[in-house]
Amino acid sequence: QVQLVVPMAVVFGPGAVPGDLPRPLPFRDVQEMEISVNLRTSVTARYEMRYRSTTAQEEAALAAGTAREADAALYPLQDTTLGSLTIYVVPETSSLLPQGINVYVGTHRSALVRAGGSLAALQARLREVTQVMSFTASSIAAALSDRVPDGQLSPDARRNLKSSLGYEITFSLLNPDPKSHTVDWDIEGAVNRYVKPVLDKLSLVANFSVDSQILYYAVLGVTPRYDKESSSFLLSAHSLPHVINPVEARLGSSAASLYPVLNFLLYVPERSHSPLYIQDKDGAPVSTNAFHSPRWGGIMVYNVEAPASPQASLPLHVDVDMARVMEVFLAQLRLLFGLSREEVPPEFLLESPGNEGLADWELDHLLWAHTVENIATVSTTLTSLAQLLDKIGNIVIKDDVASEVYRAVASVQSAVTELSLGHLHAAFQASKEAVTSSERAFFDPSLLHLLYFPDDQKFAIYIPLFLPMAVPILLSLAKIVRETRLRKKEPTKMD
Amino acid sequence: MAAAVPGASRARAAAALLLLLGCCGAALPGGLQDQAEQFFRSGHTNNWAVLVCTSRFWFNYRHVANTLSVYRSVKRLGIPDSHIVLMLADDMACNPRNPKPATVFSHKNMELNVYGDDVEVDYRSYEVTVENFLRVLTGRIPPSTPRSKRLLSDDRSNILIYMTGHGGNGFLKFQDSEEITNVELADAFEQMWQKRRYNELLFIIDTCQGASMYERFYSPNIMALASSQVGEDSLSHQPDLGIGVHLMDRYTFYVLEFLEEIHPASQTNMNDLFQVCPKSLCVSTPGHRTDLFRREPRNVLITDFFGSVRKVEITTETLSLRRDVAALQSE
Repeated sequence: QVQLVVPMAVVFGPGAVPGDLPRPLPFRDVQEMEISVNLRTSVTARYEMRYRSTTAQEEAALAAGTAREADAALYPLQDTTLGSLTIYVVPETSSLLPQGINVYVGTHRSALVRAGGSLAALQARLREVTQVMSFTASSIAAALSDRVPDGQLSPDARRNLKSSLGYEITFSLLNPDPKSHTVDWDIEGAVNRYVKPVLDKLSLVANFSVDSQILYYAVLGVTPRYDKESSSFLLSAHSLPHVINPVEARLGSSAASLYPVLNFLLYVPERSHSPLYIQDKDGAPVSTNAFHSPRWGGIMVYNVEAPASPQASLPLHVDVDMARVMEVFLAQLRLLFGLSREEVPPEFLLESPGNEGLADWELDHLLWAHTVENIATVSTTLTSLAQLLDKIGNIVIKDDVASEVYRAVASVQSAVTELSLGHLHAAFQASKEAVTSSERAFFDPSLLHLLYFPDDQKFAIYIPLFLPMAVPILLSLAKIVRETRLRKKEPTKMD
Repeated sequence: MAAAVPGASRARAAAALLLLLGCCGAALPGGLQDQAEQFFRSGHTNNWAVLVCTSRFWFNYRHVANTLSVYRSVKRLGIPDSHIVLMLADDMACNPRNPKPATVFSHKNMELNVYGDDVEVDYRSYEVTVENFLRVLTGRIPPSTPRSKRLLSDDRSNILIYMTGHGGNGFLKFQDSEEITNVELADAFEQMWQKRRYNELLFIIDTCQGASMYERFYSPNIMALASSQVGEDSLSHQPDLGIGVHLMDRYTFYVLEFLEEIHPASQTNMNDLFQVCPKSLCVSTPGHRTDLFRREPRNVLITDFFGSVRKVEITTETLSLRRDVAALQSE
């Protein structure tokens, strides 16, 4: 039913054209992949590939020294619509890609791939690239997680943030020991400098609002263990789940908005529990000293160095290194959205996105998953609304509910059409409108059906009213019928 | 006789607690692996609780004490106030007939004040109606309702719903003026399932003929417990002569004794909760329904519903940021 179209351009550099092309360049080819979610739902992925050779400008760009420079030079020459991919094929012996690396993925929507000799080998590599850069069967299945039969998806796969129109991000500084530490954090500057670029890039996906707060005397729920060997305090991995709860009660959230809240907590341990390190399952200390919880947020422990002289006056002044903190928090934000770089094949080299936080193709990843999720949500919502209204015949549908339903149907149809044409941006916007309209229609306060009358209650109410009235009526009707029958008989008797 | 029974059961509870701690200590290393697997079997990421007391008036003190005791246990095990929707008539603590104002006790001799000073009642007094209850469950709330009065659950939420009050065969009385039938409740749960507003739901009801309320459920992933079967009455536990009313109902009293032994890292499962309050203690026969639930009750931890144990992952990736970036002007 839903077709995801990825427009791809495969550009062959000089000396990289494989010998066994079916037709001379340029030509088009289409590859389809079926992602079957359950017996009735399946999504078709359609890769529309345009094979061509490089233009003179592109050749000049590919003659650069490193892959990064080549990618930067090629960027102005590409088609950069959302959802599209451009893949440049370089010769097998090219020195543009380091030794052992076959694919270089830039921060925009392009990749440099080493030719594989034959067209089939190249296509295998291209398939891997599209899996990384657009969507995989499992990412689509995770977006449609409520339609997957139980047991087929591992519970881990359903833990990314759900697609929503907005998210609230709250940064909290927890200082359990204000007598020992006076902690200064320039959160406003850090948000403007590091967080805003990332959120601006993500603004296509949703609206973000950022708050911050400082909590004093907020302790973690677990007492850390003292380790003599490293003379530090350790929090083991299995005690981490219990850390969050006592703090959560004090975190608070904005009373007005209904968007999901992501909490990022920075914890400065007490003087008596410093330094505090987090251990992973194998007992090794974690380099980031941070952990995160799906759909909730993340916590980072910030250790303050012991004062040089033991007689230093308390409280110590602490200036938090916001860059280091934001590196961890923004990485956690990416992981909460499901943008992980862990499952990439070893011969791939991914360019780091730098201060923007995520690459363009990672944004596409999110948009593909969210668009599919939105379309599925709208169809489920409208179907169940229709079933509800079928079942309970006497609910009154207001005009604005009806118009929202019509708008939702029109939007979701346009979203599916745009997806089949390869316009990811338009499809995503249409799917967002569809979700807004369908949620407004489904959750309209007027659709509450309260009056349920079981049959025995109906009998109990109506029988005492009508039975006493009905008895004399029926009796007199019987009497009338008897009299008419008698009168009809008499003329024949009187003769 | 009523006084002797709680004393003996408390001693038994203390012995059971010691034994439990001993077992926990011994089983901890091997239990870690199991604990990790248990986590990934339930698949929920957050917990909600909807606690409803459907009675008002002074002589229904025990229903308010029931609900507040469950509220305290749920908070102690980790669910924050922002994730609890508490609906009470709330006319006990400041009732002119209350000899100890601003308190609600759950144990005889005024041992435990369950009202405390951090109770957060979301729907109080005349706001506890069938309509508001169904609106909370289905989410069809007027847009002006504040966040604390909403059930903002998603498809990965485990929800605990506890109801107490006066009930009959197939209905539950709300505030002495209206009633909710088991069909309406089942339909409300189906609406929640259609919109995926829960991952798993635990429904506990402590009223007379409570089992009739869960007979009509037909949505998946619901487990239900009731204090009495159809045709039986649920009885109250103990009167306090100083306050002059019965303080709690039997079923909830023994459930609470059971919950007092649970801590956030407990591995106790639902089968133990089903055994709470046998007929000898409760006089009525508690019932439960698990046919709609996907997992086996022995794999379901008590803390899956009563506590809020979150799944965590160690953060191993970082971003690399350039330090010399100029700050963007905020609008």
